[in-house]
Amino acid sequence: MTAVELAGITKRFPGVVANHDIHLTVRKGTVHALVGENGAGKSTLMKILYGMQKPDEGTIAIDGEQVAFSSPADAIARGIGMVHQHFMLADNLTVLENVVLGSEKLYGIGSRARRKISEISERYGLGVRPDVLVENLGVADRQRVEILKVLYRGARTLILDEPTAVLVPQEVDALFANLRELKSEGLSVIFISHKLGEVLSVADEITVIRRGTTVGTAVPSETTPRQLAELMVGSELPTPETSESTVTDRPVVTVKDLRLVADGGKALLDDISFTIHAGEVLGLAGVEGNGQTELIEALIGLQHADSGTITLAEDEITAWPTRKRREQGVGYIPEDRHRHGLLLEAPLWENRILGHVTERPNARGIWLDPKAAQADTRRIVEEYDVRTPGIDVTAASLSGGNQQKLIVGREMSHKPRFLIAAHPTRGVDVGAQAQIWDQIREARREGLAVLLISADLDELIGLSDILRVIYNGALVADADPATITPEELGSAMTGAASGHLEHEELAEQVELAEHAETPADAPEDEAR
Amino acid sequence: MKKFDKERVLLAVAGPVIALVVAVALTSVVLVASGKNPVEPYQLMFEQATYSDIQVLIINQAGMYYLAALAVAIGFRMNLFNIGVDGQYQLAAMAAAIVGTHIALPAVLQIPLLVLTAVLTGAFWSGIAGVLKVTRGVSEVVATIMLNAISTSVIAYLWLPSVFGVKIGNNNTTGEMAKSGWVPGIDMGPAGEIYGFTIVAVLLGIGYWVVLNRTRFGFDLRASGASETAAAASGVDPKRMVLTAMLVSGGMAGLAGLPILLGASHTYSATFPTTLGFTGITIALLGRNNPVGIAFAALLIAWLDKASPELEFAPVPYDKEIAVIMQGLIVLAVVVSYEAVRTWGLRRQQRRVGAELAAGHVLGASADHNTEKEVAGR
Repeated sequence: MTAVELAGITKRFPGVVANHDIHLTVRKGTVHALVGENGAGKSTLMKILYGMQKPDEGTIAIDGEQVAFSSPADAIARGIGMVHQHFMLADNLTVLENVVLGSEKLYGIGSRARRKISEISERYGLGVRPDVLVENLGVADRQRVEILKVLYRGARTLILDEPTAVLVPQEVDALFANLRELKSEGLSVIFISHKLGEVLSVADEITVIRRGTTVGTAVPSETTPRQLAELMVGSELPTPETSESTVTDRPVVTVKDLRLVADGGKALLDDISFTIHAGEVLGLAGVEGNGQTELIEALIGLQHADSGTITLAEDEITAWPTRKRREQGVGYIPEDRHRHGLLLEAPLWENRILGHVTERPNARGIWLDPKAAQADTRRIVEEYDVRTPGIDVTAASLSGGNQQKLIVGREMSHKPRFLIAAHPTRGVDVGAQAQIWDQIREARREGLAVLLISADLDELIGLSDILRVIYNGALVADADPATITPEELGSAMTGAASGHLEHEELAEQVELAEHAETPADAPEDEAR
Repeated sequence: MKKFDKERVLLAVAGPVIALVVAVALTSVVLVASGKNPVEPYQLMFEQATYSDIQVLIINQAGMYYLAALAVAIGFRMNLFNIGVDGQYQLAAMAAAIVGTHIALPAVLQIPLLVLTAVLTGAFWSGIAGVLKVTRGVSEVVATIMLNAISTSVIAYLWLPSVFGVKIGNNNTTGEMAKSGWVPGIDMGPAGEIYGFTIVAVLLGIGYWVVLNRTRFGFDLRASGASETAAAASGVDPKRMVLTAMLVSGGMAGLAGLPILLGASHTYSATFPTTLGFTGITIALLGRNNPVGIAFAALLIAWLDKASPELEFAPVPYDKEIAVIMQGLIVLAVVVSYEAVRTWGLRRQQRRVGAELAAGHVLGASADHNTEKEVAGR
């Protein structure tokens, strides 16, 4: 018996890859995992199921009956409950008050509600005490309150969005015990995650989503982490092989003992050192949230390191502000182009100025030169194949791939010496992806030094001349992209391997590590 | 491409027009509800606008509103809400009045001195909020509201006879300013005199447009308003930008009281116009932070102000507060209609771009300066 069936779900947003022809079937009394990288479209899909978004195409069936949700209230009425990644609880209220808030009509606000809460709590082993203030609860307890909240509202299918992201390993085990309790009572759970170990240990079935569409399903007992990883990162995608090496011995960027410490004293960047030569692409692999963002920000000047130096050719640029770095030839393809790379409601030609407002052709002295900037925007649009009807349309009107091509074109137009390319093809369609790869390879031939950061391991292996792995803010391993496989790289990303990664014998060791310490040693902030 | 330009103009005009229509309609509802004629007050007020003496009053009032609204708009353009324009201009006008009373230089020096005094006072007062925001993270909204209250007390203190105050009858003033600091008006005969400083307001409106749209600084400011994160990544120092914008906004605010101070009152007294800064917020909103839009909005609100008193003397008298109700409704309608028009416009453009691309209208294929390229086909 199916609890939830999504068929042919398509959701279009201008500018981003959302969902395309998604199929998902959740059987009653099972934990169904939905896995995929960040940005693959998991959240959009769940918002559709929870009534927060309407699909453009496709159907939703609950218990075999077709439904159309126009708000979460409709979804709740149909027994769908969602536990958000960020808890939605009022700290200054008690557990009881939080649970009944908004559902006062169900069981009142007094003893009847308290009885109901205790009953649910006992039945599923949640151990929730109704009269404690939420502000006195830990993260795991709050999560259980959230779960109880949706059960209280009569949910038969629970959506848990990255529930383990905030938990420590013991709490993860406790959560999984709760989930097993739920499914033994006939409830269904949709478990969203990108941590393979967890997924394999808790799920009954797995659906993999990549680039906005479902690419396959798997049964944990018959699946190895390797196979799942392949499905997730998509190793069958055409990977451009970097042909002959263009690496020179002329260092362009030298980072030495770069250290950045968070307020609590935790090292976000732990003595990072590397050198990138002219014509060299250094690929940085790592699970998100291990210091990549901080490294990028330190390199572009948005954060200043606590110690260590950054040298660009002959100049030490550690103390330079962002603008000077950009003027002096640091190009920047940001990881989140909507937040850091574009003014979404400004026309394309103003976006062409962004980041290079002091440079020609955008400005002469203190004055802007809109005519020249517009002419140059037209050139970029043509040379980089940005699909747009004109340069006066807003950046928000373009698809993600075209936005990214505009950014790449803009950065390349100022002849950078050093390019920071963070997830350059994320949320970009396959055609644009190939073009962006071409651009990076061409720039490399011309002697550009590139720092490539990507979650797409094939992209990293295909484009890089040398690979480094970042884990917990430190560079823990290096590898030769010519011989390494995505799976071998993947294990180093979880901290299971370090030093210089060799092919063959390491692969065995990795397998063992994956199985032995599944969710336990995944870094806490992985989900960011 | 021209199509999108026309579209932008249409969208820019649609917001205010919808807001005004809604505000007028709702005001009429209020009139009907109170058993009054829902049309006649407008006729009476329109009639007022045809008298030349009222026109001069409207222009003089609009000039001051314009300066106050520009000050607010500078903040708005980078997502700063300077509610403190009110305190800034009052304190600045008082400082200029005091300097003008106690220093008497030749006019060529005196007038720039007074202007500079006002600008620096306004900038100082808003700068306090700016410094608090960049160093301590205090919301500029809270800080400027507090500073408004403090400025009232500071003014009351400066009015004490033992400080700078001069009692004329029962009225607190700062004494009469030296003649060399008086700015001559434009004589309109029996209709009165247009404040000479109104011309400065017009010039500043032009300057505002040029700086914002044609300079690097203006681009950085607009980028900061559109996306703080993108601006920072593009090389704007966000803290410095916040402080600069607050200082410029406050400096501009400092000028708002000068038309009447230098042109007519020549002293800062208890009858000096108040709440220009708050009305300036309405006007900046209605004018969409655009210098031309603000000019129209300033004239509109000044008209409501100056034409409404006559309503009480009509054969069938109306309450002049109708104009106040209408101003309030305009603000409400503006906020709602602009957001609606903005999202609608953005969606519409996205759809149209999608449609044009699907139809193969790609730049390069259609642009005249370019040979047929294979972009669309790839």
